[in-house]
Amino acid sequence: MQDIAQQLTNILQQVSGYIYPNEVELQWGLLVVVYPYITGLVAGAFILASLERVFNVKEVEPTYRLALLTALAFLLIAPLPLLLHLGHPERSFEIFLTPNVHSAMAMFGFVYAWYLAVVLLLEIWFDYRKDLVLWARNERGLRKWIHLMLTLGATDLSEQSVEFDRKAVRFITIMGIPSAFLLHGYVGFIFGSVKANPWWSSVLIPVVFLFSAMVSGIALVLMLYLLTGLVRRSFEMTCLDKLASFLFYALVVDFSLEILDFIHRLYEAEESIKILGTMISTRLFLSLVVLQTLAGTVLPLICLAFVSPAFGSRALVRFPDELRRLLYLASATLIQIGIFSTRWNVVIGGQLFSKSLRGLTVYKMELLGLEGFFVAVLLMAAPFFLLYILVKILPPWKEEITTPVPEQVPSD
Amino acid sequence: MSTEANRMQSEPESPQEISHDRREFLKQCAAAAPLLLAIVQIAEEAAASANDESYKPEEHYYGMGIDVNKCIGCGRCADACKTENNVPREPFYFRTWVERYVLTTDGETVVTSPNGGIDGFPSTMSERGILRTFFVPKLCNHCANPPCVQVCPVGATFITRDGVVLVDKDYCIGCRYCIQACPYGARFLHPITRTAEKCTFCYHRVVRGNVPACVEVCPTGARIFGDVRARSSPLARFTRFNEVQVLKPQLNTAPKVYYANLDGEVR
Amino acid sequence: MPQQVNRLAIVFLILVSSLIGARHYLVPTTFGDLGHYRAAAIDANASKPLIYAGHEACGTCHPDIVKTHDEARHRSVACEVCHGAQAAHAESPGEHQPPAPRQRGFCPLCHGYDPSRPTGFPQIDPVSHNPGRPCITCHNPHAPVPPHTPQECSACHGEIARTKALSKHAALPCNMCHQVAERHKITPLLSTPSKPQTREFCGKCHGQEAKAPAEIARVNLSTHGERYVCWQCHYAHSPEAQ
Repeated sequence: MQDIAQQLTNILQQVSGYIYPNEVELQWGLLVVVYPYITGLVAGAFILASLERVFNVKEVEPTYRLALLTALAFLLIAPLPLLLHLGHPERSFEIFLTPNVHSAMAMFGFVYAWYLAVVLLLEIWFDYRKDLVLWARNERGLRKWIHLMLTLGATDLSEQSVEFDRKAVRFITIMGIPSAFLLHGYVGFIFGSVKANPWWSSVLIPVVFLFSAMVSGIALVLMLYLLTGLVRRSFEMTCLDKLASFLFYALVVDFSLEILDFIHRLYEAEESIKILGTMISTRLFLSLVVLQTLAGTVLPLICLAFVSPAFGSRALVRFPDELRRLLYLASATLIQIGIFSTRWNVVIGGQLFSKSLRGLTVYKMELLGLEGFFVAVLLMAAPFFLLYILVKILPPWKEEITTPVPEQVPSD
Repeated sequence: MSTEANRMQSEPESPQEISHDRREFLKQCAAAAPLLLAIVQIAEEAAASANDESYKPEEHYYGMGIDVNKCIGCGRCADACKTENNVPREPFYFRTWVERYVLTTDGETVVTSPNGGIDGFPSTMSERGILRTFFVPKLCNHCANPPCVQVCPVGATFITRDGVVLVDKDYCIGCRYCIQACPYGARFLHPITRTAEKCTFCYHRVVRGNVPACVEVCPTGARIFGDVRARSSPLARFTRFNEVQVLKPQLNTAPKVYYANLDGEVR
Repeated sequence: MPQQVNRLAIVFLILVSSLIGARHYLVPTTFGDLGHYRAAAIDANASKPLIYAGHEACGTCHPDIVKTHDEARHRSVACEVCHGAQAAHAESPGEHQPPAPRQRGFCPLCHGYDPSRPTGFPQIDPVSHNPGRPCITCHNPHAPVPPHTPQECSACHGEIARTKALSKHAALPCNMCHQVAERHKITPLLSTPSKPQTREFCGKCHGQEAKAPAEIARVNLSTHGERYVCWQCHYAHSPEAQ
């Protein structure tokens, strides 16, 4: 209590203008910025995977399983920032028991459970089932048992069975696309439906969230495919080029939507425009103008426009493979920073100005503590560790599929 | 006691040992009975005082009236509220507060609320010409169409049949969505219970026929409490004789705190 | 039925039944009785203890003070505004003694001059008003009539007096334009002073043919601002202000 009081006293001294007395303390901090970022990656990675299955984009086929596993790893970590943020995480199950159907946030429990169980887990299971059976047959020890358990006993490998698997995957993927939209779109709706907050209350927010999610997801898969490919010394340049092209298309749509929101706001010039303008030019200048717009969107747009074969089968400017890879990696990294800044600007920005429209407060990010910087870094690193484990148990590489190699594991 | 435990762990007991245990147990029951009776009695009294049979929530629908022209900005209301409801005294948690508006002759509006007005306001003998200046008390508006109730994911905040918006602090998960959704800044997160909190119209006073603490101590009668729908209540008279406004009507929250003589600069 | 579907159906059934079972035990009993909330929460809120006793509680033991108080100017000021929250005292009077604020710094919380306070509300400048002496020396807090009924309007209308004192109307007494009954000093809102109603009133000094000292500014009443009354443009307490 004492240190909260000390912190808030410091913040109180930095308030400019008038804020309601209860608004000194920012309610939704760093963890609530991390959550939509993570679910955005999930939705984006899944939609990339579905590109291959549903729209038959053959070039990105090598990333299909990797994208699914990435989505799963991030989805499993996603509830953690929320739990850590709650005042009473031990009561969080109440969302499943007595959800208020008028509340967008209550939908979290069901959308999450639906997406995890029915979409992601099922799709992964159906896609891997044949390989799980084959691996279990040829392996020994712990790995054999893990793979055998994962088959759930459905070891039938007849042609009909395998055909059923294929059809199931296609069906689930088709169902999964709107589910992915829902998974991240509802987060946007949580903000967009708050009429009390003029920075959030907008029809466009769910759509902007969704497209920026797709951008970040595609960028993430691109980075992972490139980095794992470099480590394993096997990847396909055509796949990377195609990923970069899709990244470019998604970025164009995302940027257009954000520009539209900006122009619309400036044009209508409602009462909130003054304080919002002050907020952007003072508190949010670095994160919005520099990180989100210039470095995170404009720069990668220009880079990808020239470097990737987005406008046809050949790029506007032909770069050698290695340089192109480097530029893709750089663009994808900038994009991740930009999308994270987008989430930051929405969540934190919406609370920096007072609902009296007369003042601004500050956000002091803690370093230590349950909602601090280090915890956030840990939460964002955790999915990669989880992904590593998943990749070990369910290898997504093409070579593993065609010739399953029995791993010698000491059985004890 | 330890010998009894040892006895229980050892091999089958003889009938004498069993009847001895039974006797001990019955003795303990007899000793405990008066204590149990006392506890039951206290619980019943507590329940009876809470569920006062004479209070029928369906007969009431509460609101508040505030006459801005009468408020002198003494801050007794904000102070009494914190006392009555045990609100932390730090200047970041307020169930009600008083704002001062100073409209200058060169067109600027300056709003302040130092510690919610609890310690009064520093006298502003500023050099700039004052066009208008006044105090505005603020609190939860107990909206008839409350956005905070709409967004609570678990049903921990609700509006009662008598029109008071309350928080169930044993059920609240502390997600703070309601705090975001309130357009009036009336809610805050209690630093110790880690649940959402706000003005309750001093519900515990109201069900006993009292008025909220802020209304009780207001020395000029700037705050009026009563039934919105009754024909004869102080609030009914207030809304009959004053042209009342509510805060942020365009958001359609249907607030039940009615301001008389409210200036257009008030947000 | 393909084997996969069978296996999945088993897993699904196990999950769903355990969820339904858990729900049965975990949803609180009173939830949903009155609405989408725990009905028991109403009692939880209603059964908190009272800290303020309320103005009716004091009359039981202090009828004389309450009678005096209720007939005087502080009748709308509850006992507990000055004496603090006293439910504990009402419960067991011997154990809890209410404080009685006697220091000079207390009364200016309400009565110290502040321009944001409504005109006519009794205010004094705490620095210059009988410095050093506790307020209760002259004012009984339960019947705070000032020891001498103020002769000057400026006692309650200080800001107006100060504004007027710096203006061209400084020499004019207040009752030149406002008819004031003596009762106004006792019950100000029940006996309000009159205000000029017509342009001709100001014309008594400011009209072309007015019998008034020459240095007073004159206007032609028939043409100057003919549709308006004078005080719609000129602030009478500071008429030269722009």
